[in-house]
Amino acid sequence: MALNIIVCIKQVPDPEHFDKISIDTRTGSIQREGILSITNPLDRNAIEEALRKKEEFGGTVTVLTMGPPQAKKSIEDALAMGADKGVILCDMAFAGADTLSTARVLSVGIRSLGDFDLIFCGNETVDGATGHVAAQLAEFLDIPHVTFARRINIVDEETAMVERSIENGYLKVEVKLPAVISVLKSINKYRLPTVMGIMEAAGKEIVELGCSVCESAGITEGEIGIRGSPTKVLEIFEPPQRREVEMIEGKPEEIARRIVKRLHELEAL
Amino acid sequence: MKDVMVWVEQRDNRLMDVSLEMLQKATELAAVLKENVSAVLIGNECKDLADELILYGASKVFLIEDSRLQLYQSGPYVRITADIISEVSPEIVLIGGTSIGMDIASRVAATLRTGLTSHCVDLYIEKIEGKDQLVHIVPGWKGNMMLKIICPEHRPQMATVRPGVMEKGEPDHSLRGEIVSINPDIRDGDFKAKTLEMVHEEVEGISLDDADIIVSGGYGLYSAGGFKLIEELADAINGEVAGTRPAFDQGWIPENRMIGQSGKMVRPRLFVSIGASGAMHYTTGFSKANVIVGIDRNPKAAIFNVSDLGVVGDLEKIVPCLIEELKK
Repeated sequence: MALNIIVCIKQVPDPEHFDKISIDTRTGSIQREGILSITNPLDRNAIEEALRKKEEFGGTVTVLTMGPPQAKKSIEDALAMGADKGVILCDMAFAGADTLSTARVLSVGIRSLGDFDLIFCGNETVDGATGHVAAQLAEFLDIPHVTFARRINIVDEETAMVERSIENGYLKVEVKLPAVISVLKSINKYRLPTVMGIMEAAGKEIVELGCSVCESAGITEGEIGIRGSPTKVLEIFEPPQRREVEMIEGKPEEIARRIVKRLHELEAL
Repeated sequence: MKDVMVWVEQRDNRLMDVSLEMLQKATELAAVLKENVSAVLIGNECKDLADELILYGASKVFLIEDSRLQLYQSGPYVRITADIISEVSPEIVLIGGTSIGMDIASRVAATLRTGLTSHCVDLYIEKIEGKDQLVHIVPGWKGNMMLKIICPEHRPQMATVRPGVMEKGEPDHSLRGEIVSINPDIRDGDFKAKTLEMVHEEVEGISLDDADIIVSGGYGLYSAGGFKLIEELADAINGEVAGTRPAFDQGWIPENRMIGQSGKMVRPRLFVSIGASGAMHYTTGFSKANVIVGIDRNPKAAIFNVSDLGVVGDLEKIVPCLIEELKK
């Protein structure tokens, strides 16, 4: 048995630097200058899971992203971790996509690659954190999906057993392949690229696909990018801070006494 | 019809609280639009739950019962829900953002090719270019910014809201409504992803959702001897223990005790935060608490921007005194 696995990844701004994001008061758009980009952390768990399944059963791991030209860096990192092949969907026409439009373009890119057994995604990204794309991608591909996966066992060529986290427990889900599965952090500990891996990655293929792949699939420009996105961002603003803080000062014993007194007054105890 | 519809989630034949929170919000939105609230409920032998939904504001409940639908089955749940939405054409569909709600919302929105937002912290109607639009306020970049989003052309407008973000209403026994039972058309091919079993895992203490008082610790406790202080304080104040993502990463708390945008959203009577600087993705998780106390070493910590009472100082000195004082 050999598994043909596709991993969808996204390059995102480094969450360590999210507090540096500001609004350009002139244009009202987001200013993220000087913020480094990284591969979405959960997507690395998805790559790791694909590599482990390949190590167990044989096959290939293809990483796929949609993004600007610099997103190629995330593909290269994945190849250095051990993925076999990279695909980047890159075109100005894809820009400004919401999750529906993103899932549509990813599905077109995936269809153009031929047969596959599994698609892995991170359960959500750190920037948008919607968690929509895996299930929506499965809808466009007309295959089953499982989200919130914390364990995946491949039973045979046609079946996987998934532990799917829910609040205070999990669901045991039997899923027929091909399927889209999005993974949680707890599924594994991902590896870091080795020097050897980085050297080998230089010889691996990265395919670039533009919007002609959509045209040949019969998808019009109105269905992709910002035009194909039902949701529109009208405004971005800084969150309001509502509380007026009362600082309690003094010696520790005194502070403790005054806090407890104030909490009683505020009917919080 | 231009209903405001709620997709209701049941587990073990009990309504999820977040679905009642959505019904309350749907009732408010429907009042502005002068429309009705409807609900979709899928499960097995759960008519009594449908009756309950009426008391919480649903004037019509679409009830789908089948022994094969006892547990969440993504295939048939999605298809049945999408079919009802197509038939009824609601203006808005709200779904409680549990791990299951997120799953069905995503795929239903894709099936209907309409827009969906997640983790909304506010939802209201605004007339934009002459048309009533649902405005979705959504935190972005871990809550460092807020986004105002609409879905101008496509219907329904779909949104998920995490548990605890909105308040549920009180049941009103004078309310009357209609229950529309629908026989599900279930096919074999619907179960390509088949839920075989729901496994409950024991959680220590009471759920944070129900806690009146929460004591939460952050990485600042590292140098103050770890999380023991938080546990002692929680004991003394009769509260529940929680923490930040770094506290979870340190292994001090299990994942279901992590507060914030990627963890729990809580609204207790009292929230005490200790040794956490107050990153936005953390503070978003408890911003609706009645009273917030922030204690940290750093006088410039952002936690003081969101606290009612603030204390700057050494945690290992202040917290033990606080424990002593509370025991009196």
